[in-house]
Amino acid sequence: MMSVLMAIFKRDMALAFRQRAELLQPMMFFVLVISLFPLGVGPGPDTLQKIGPGVIWVAAILSSLLGMERLFRDDYQDGSLEQLMLSGAPMALVSVVKVCVHWIASILPLIVLSPLLALFLNLTVEMYWALLATLLIGTPLLSLVGAVAVGLTVGLQKGGVLLALLLLPVFVPLLIFATAAVDAAAMQLPYSAHLGLIGAMLLLALALAPLAIAYALRVSQS
Amino acid sequence: MALLSGHNLSCVKQDRLLFDNLDFSVAASELLYIRGQNGAGKTSLLRIIVGLTDATTGQVDYQGQNIRTVNDQFHQELVYIGHKPGLNHTLSAIENLSFWCQLHNLPHCEHELMDILALLGLVGLEDIPVRQLSAGQQRRAALARLWLKSDAKIWVLDEPFTALDVQGIELLRQRVIGHLGQGGAVIITSHQQLDIDYKTSELMLEYRI
Amino acid sequence: MWKWLHPYAKSESAYQLCKTLLPWFAWSSVLTLFVGTLWGLAFAPADYQQGDSFRIIYIHVPSAILSMGAYSAMAIAAFVGMVWQIRTSYMAMMAIAPVGAMMTFIALFTGAAWGKPMWGTWWVWDARLTSELVLLFLYLGVISLYKAFDDKVQAGKAASVMALVGVINLPIIHYSVEWWNTLHQGATISKFERPSIASEMLWPLLINLLGASLLVGALSIKRLQNELLRREIHRPWAVKTLIKESKA
Repeated sequence: MMSVLMAIFKRDMALAFRQRAELLQPMMFFVLVISLFPLGVGPGPDTLQKIGPGVIWVAAILSSLLGMERLFRDDYQDGSLEQLMLSGAPMALVSVVKVCVHWIASILPLIVLSPLLALFLNLTVEMYWALLATLLIGTPLLSLVGAVAVGLTVGLQKGGVLLALLLLPVFVPLLIFATAAVDAAAMQLPYSAHLGLIGAMLLLALALAPLAIAYALRVSQS
Repeated sequence: MALLSGHNLSCVKQDRLLFDNLDFSVAASELLYIRGQNGAGKTSLLRIIVGLTDATTGQVDYQGQNIRTVNDQFHQELVYIGHKPGLNHTLSAIENLSFWCQLHNLPHCEHELMDILALLGLVGLEDIPVRQLSAGQQRRAALARLWLKSDAKIWVLDEPFTALDVQGIELLRQRVIGHLGQGGAVIITSHQQLDIDYKTSELMLEYRI
Repeated sequence: MWKWLHPYAKSESAYQLCKTLLPWFAWSSVLTLFVGTLWGLAFAPADYQQGDSFRIIYIHVPSAILSMGAYSAMAIAAFVGMVWQIRTSYMAMMAIAPVGAMMTFIALFTGAAWGKPMWGTWWVWDARLTSELVLLFLYLGVISLYKAFDDKVQAGKAASVMALVGVINLPIIHYSVEWWNTLHQGATISKFERPSIASEMLWPLLINLLGASLLVGALSIKRLQNELLRREIHRPWAVKTLIKESKA
C-alpha cells in the first residue's frame, strides 16, 4: 500500500512540475494583491506594519483558493479519479497524499515568498517569525479543509466562485488566530498559545478531513 | 455459479426513475450486452455494477457476496473502462499506464508495456502527452489495460468501440475472445454486435419518462 | 427503539405526518407569538437604562437563539441522512436551511437596529454580531451548494457534508471571534451580558422564544411538504394528494 501511495505522490509531483505555469499564477496574484495594499492605504510604515499580518493572511487564503480547484479537477474530468477509486486504494489516505502534493506545489512557494512580502509591509523580525510559524501550521489546514469543498464541487461546471463562498467563512478562526499570533509577536508577547490552537485545529482536520474528502469524492461520482 | 449478479437494482437520477427491479447475472466465459436508447441508464447501471455509485435499491454480488463486503478482492479482479479514458492529458501514454500498473500492484506489467503498445499500434507515440493523441489513439491507450491486467476476471466496458477503426475493433474482438476463453466474463454496452462463439446474453433497458 | 421512525423515511407517510403536525405548529406559534409580543411591547416594564428601545429584545433574542437552533437541527438532519441514507432527511435539511438563514438575518437586522440607539452605530464588530454574520454565510453556502446540483439526492449529500463541516466549525468560530474581539477592542461592549433580567421582562421573552421555535417548525414543515410534492410529482400518491387538496 505504501508503494501505491508513493506512486500517487510521484505522479502528482511530476504533474505539478509540468504544469508549473499554472502554479505560478496564484503566486503572482499573491504578490500583486499584497503590493496593492500600500497603494490603497498609503505607504506609512506604521499603518503597513499594523495591517501587514492580516493582509498577508487574507492574500494567502485568497490565492490558495485560486489554485485549490487543481486538486481533483483534472482527475475528475479525464476519468483518472474513477480508475483510482476502483484500484482498491484507500481513498482517505490517497486524498491525504494529494493534499500533501498540493500543499508542496502551490502553497509552499507562497511561504517561500513571504520574507519579501514581510519587507514590503514593514514587518519586524519577531513578527516575521510568528508569521512564518502560523503559515507553516495554518496553511496545511487550508489545504485539508479546502479539499473537502473541492471534492464536493468538482463535478460542477461553475464550481469556482461557489468554492470561495463555501470556504471563506470556514477559514475565519484560522485568520483570527494567525493574525492574533503575529500581533502578539509585534508586542513582544508570547504567542505559543495561538500556535497551539491552530495546531489543534490542524489535528482535528487531519483526523476528520480525509474521511470527508473520500466521502465527497464518492458523492461527486454519482 | 454466477460470477457477478445484480438483484433488484433500481436507480433514480434527477428524480427520474431510470430502471427498477432489475436483475442480471454473468457466469464465467459469458458476455453480457447491455442495450438501450440514449438516456436509458446504461452508463449508470455500469457504474453501479463496478461500485462507483450506489444503487437506489438492491445490491450487486461478486461470487455470491456483496461487492461492498468483498471490495478489495472485487476491485483486484475487475477492469472498468468508462466513457472517459482515464488518462491524464499532460502525461504520456506510457506514464499513465505504468502509473495504473503501480496502482494495481502489477509489477511485471511494466516490462510488457512496450509490447502491448506495439500491438495496439502506439509505438512512437508512447512518449508524447496524451492530449496530442487522436481520439482513437487515446481509446487504444485506455484499452491497453485489458492486456495489462491479464488475471482480471470481470471486464466492464462502456462503449469500448467508440472512435476505434476497423483494425482496432478486430484487436478488441480477439482480446475479448481470449478473455472469455480463459474463463473471464465481460459486461459491455455497445451498439456493435461482436461475432463471438461464446454464450452471450442481453439486457434491455427501456427508456422511461 | 427507533423502529417507529422508519415509516417516515417514505415520502408519503412523511407528507401525511407533516400534514397532521402543521396546523398544531402554525396555530400555536401564532398564539404564542401574539401573546409574547403584545406582553413584551405593551405591558412589560421599560428598562431603566435603555428605555423602550430594549423591547426589540423580544424579537432579537429569540431569532438569534433560533438561528443557532435551526443550524443544529439542519446538521442533525444532515447526519441522519448521511448515516442512514434517508432521502427525506436531506429534504428536511434543505427545508430548514432558508428558514434558519432568515432567522439569522432577522437577528442581524434587529441587532443593527438596536445598536443604533444604544451604541450610536449600526454595526460594530461585536463578537456575537460577527459570529452571527459568519453563520449567515455558512447557511448561504449550504443553500447555494445544494442549488448548484441538478441531481437533488447528490445535492443533499454534498450539502450535508458542508452542514456538518459548519457545525464542527461553529463553536470554534464563536470562541475565536469572542477572543478576537476582546483582544482588539478590550472590554468595551458588554450590554449583552447583563447579569440578570427582571422576571416580568423575562416571561414574554420566553414565550416569544417558544413561539419563534414553533414558527421555525411550522415553516420548515410547510417547506418540507412542498418539497416532497415537488420532488415526487410523478408518483401516484403525489398526484392523488394534489387532486384531493385542490378540491378541498
